[in-house]
Amino acid sequence: MAEATFRIWRGDREAGKFVEYRTAVESGMVVLDVVHRIQATQAGDLAVRWNCKAGKCGSCSAEINGKPRLMCMTRLNELPLEEPVTLEPMHTFPQIRDLVTDVSWNYRVKQRIPKFAPRKPDSEDGSWRMAQADADRVQEFRKCIECYLCQDVCHVLREHSLHDEFIGPRFFVYTAALEMNPIDTANRLGDLRDRCGLGYCNITKCCTKVCPEEIKITDNAIIPLKERVVDRYYDPLQRLFRMFR
Amino acid sequence: MHEFVTHEFDVLVVGAGGAGLRAAIEASAAGVKVGVVTKSLLGKAHTVMAEGGIAAAMGNVDDRDNWRVHFADTMRGGQYLNNWRMAELHAKEAPARVRELEAWGAVFDRTKDGRILQRNFGGHRYPRLAHVGDRTGLEMIRTLQDHGVHQGIDFHMEHTILTLLKDGDRCVGAFGYDRERGRFKLFHAKAVVLATGGIGRAFKITSNSWEYTGDGQSLAFQAGASLLDMEFVQFHPTGMIWPPSVMGILVTEGVRGEGGVLRNRDGKRFMFDDIPAAYKNQTADSEEEGWRYTQGDKTARRPPDLLTRDHVARCIRREVKEGRGSPHGGAFLDIAWIKERIPNSAEHIKKKLPSMYHQFKQLADLDITKEPMEVGPTTHYMMGGIEVDGDTQMSTVPGLFAAGECAAGLHGANRLGGNSLSDLVVFGKRAGEFAARFSQEHGAGSINTDQVEQSARRSLEPFERGAAGENPYAIQHELQETMQDLVGIVRTGEEMERALDEIGKLRARMAKAGITGNREYNNGWHTAIDLHNLLTVSEIVARAGIERKESRGAHFRDDYPARDDQWGGVNIRIRPSADGGPKVEHVPRKEMPDELRRVIAENK
Repeated sequence: MAEATFRIWRGDREAGKFVEYRTAVESGMVVLDVVHRIQATQAGDLAVRWNCKAGKCGSCSAEINGKPRLMCMTRLNELPLEEPVTLEPMHTFPQIRDLVTDVSWNYRVKQRIPKFAPRKPDSEDGSWRMAQADADRVQEFRKCIECYLCQDVCHVLREHSLHDEFIGPRFFVYTAALEMNPIDTANRLGDLRDRCGLGYCNITKCCTKVCPEEIKITDNAIIPLKERVVDRYYDPLQRLFRMFR
Repeated sequence: MHEFVTHEFDVLVVGAGGAGLRAAIEASAAGVKVGVVTKSLLGKAHTVMAEGGIAAAMGNVDDRDNWRVHFADTMRGGQYLNNWRMAELHAKEAPARVRELEAWGAVFDRTKDGRILQRNFGGHRYPRLAHVGDRTGLEMIRTLQDHGVHQGIDFHMEHTILTLLKDGDRCVGAFGYDRERGRFKLFHAKAVVLATGGIGRAFKITSNSWEYTGDGQSLAFQAGASLLDMEFVQFHPTGMIWPPSVMGILVTEGVRGEGGVLRNRDGKRFMFDDIPAAYKNQTADSEEEGWRYTQGDKTARRPPDLLTRDHVARCIRREVKEGRGSPHGGAFLDIAWIKERIPNSAEHIKKKLPSMYHQFKQLADLDITKEPMEVGPTTHYMMGGIEVDGDTQMSTVPGLFAAGECAAGLHGANRLGGNSLSDLVVFGKRAGEFAARFSQEHGAGSINTDQVEQSARRSLEPFERGAAGENPYAIQHELQETMQDLVGIVRTGEEMERALDEIGKLRARMAKAGITGNREYNNGWHTAIDLHNLLTVSEIVARAGIERKESRGAHFRDDYPARDDQWGGVNIRIRPSADGGPKVEHVPRKEMPDELRRVIAENK
């Protein structure tokens, strides 16, 4: 049976260091399997957050050899096992312990975004008619599993720590899903400009690259939102129209 | 005395999957103060894993569907051991609960005329499952989460409950700890709703995550509540079996709903070999008819690949046992073959089953649009659980309610796919409504500080034993092996007795479990604590299994392979005896009202 070495970040809010673990590995294993094996045999108190182990819940986000990824969906055969594999918690969020970070900021951000506000139902039974083509656009965004890897990689949060002024790619996707929902009536464009920091995004597409659900975050969510904001607030013709309305 | 922080609520909900969130939303809509405690982060509960859809007789795709057919299908699937009142309420109320999800932001797949699309599923006569590709559970939990966070509910994420608090007979709150810091928390509440899900972690091959350690069932039992139907554990026929590290991960029934077929190593459609009498009339005679059914031909009957889960799981096991299995000990599930029937089949499969495509591509290096998958049974769902009143969802302990997987009744001996998501919202709502009413009609109970202190002390004992103690992970693994081997998909009395012996030994070892580190996010400590609930429910499953001396639904015994009509009218109840151990009782089924009888007869 082959063996491999894993350098895992061990630490709490104040301090930490990398600790090396050597363990047996088998074909087909994912990184989360290795963490569980180390936990069960060498480091019982190693902290890791996980749930479904099938890429559906977005709990086990971490940085594997420096790349933000889900541990449950990263197979060992994608990694060079001749050298140690480095596992670290996400950098953008405060550390709790070992591989676990405090992602509660994301929950607070979401709560600030005005909720879904449907128009009056189309039928008496309380339902709406919607074309699949319209649903498709929204459904792409609703695939999001809230792993927050896009938040982790976004330089506005990661390097500039603008958590108070910028909601991050995840919540642009969330807002886009609401704004593009054909039965929603709320208007979030003013918020996007003033409170959400949409302008900080300079479309480097780092978020799109790390999205495990392959949502085209930049192209399909952020850029269309930017266009809507521009149309609404900066298009001189539109402004003129509004003055006389 | 150990320190703890106290929170005061009218209604405390334990669990934040579909049932817990729906209960919390309903209770808070009634104007009472609601707290939710969840073991994980919000939106991560096992509801996200539900793939195929939510069953509701809306009749959008086939207007012959209505609550009567759904009711009859559910009862037939459950082999008539279901609580018929719950099956009735469920069939009648599910459509409104689905439309409500849409009103809260869910975006379901659509029919050509823009209504909610419904798909075929095992055991459902008509296309009935509202769905979003194969990620319906995610859509549902996100919808409830995003709606719920605006309702003034107080969420406590990553908290675990250690014990339910009693004032005399009544449940008056719960005591637990937060994972982040390991601090003790007391949740004082006038009513408590348990919505903690299943027990899948008691088995080795499972589609369930670490959370499903039978907490609700075990906590309720220790608080004096009775449990029902605990012998009925559903093994989903199609879990991944290769590579070993992904063993157990679910492959949605939707694959078969979209035309996927099961074959043995000789390429034979073995599901045609054994069709139960109760389903003969509704099952296709030929592969051709089965295909037409999956493509929406209303004159065709469903292929045998879509028979109930208990039956399909046993047929796969039979093929393997008789030497006709796939290379890694399962069966082939083939959706790629539809390329013979439809153009652009690869795109079609990716559109209809995106997460299955993704899952196999990423975890098994396999392209399901080109090759068959290898699948085998995986522990999936607990039909049994806390005995509740069908209308109010209150358990046998006043003030203690239960909804969703941790409650018993709706599914009887076997659950139909799609009836779980609908169960969560139908009975989550009811539990929330009646828990709120209970809290309005009763004052706050008093807290027994001895009970709190004892619970705190006991939970910390593994720290005292430290590294010299037994490894809690090892105990858990051995329990999983034991349950898998001895109380699995095919059982015998002798093997289940042996399982009881093993569980007894593991219990003794649990008392010696030791852990290192401190109380902050210590997975070893959490594992040690969870063992108590896991062992409690495992013992109860084995005891109930030994008691039912017949084969019915998900409970199949090699030593009693036939169905026995005498047992058809009896549910098994397990309740705590005076010394706290499990006491087994037989509960004769309540007579069904004439109207429901007629509904069943007309849908035979």
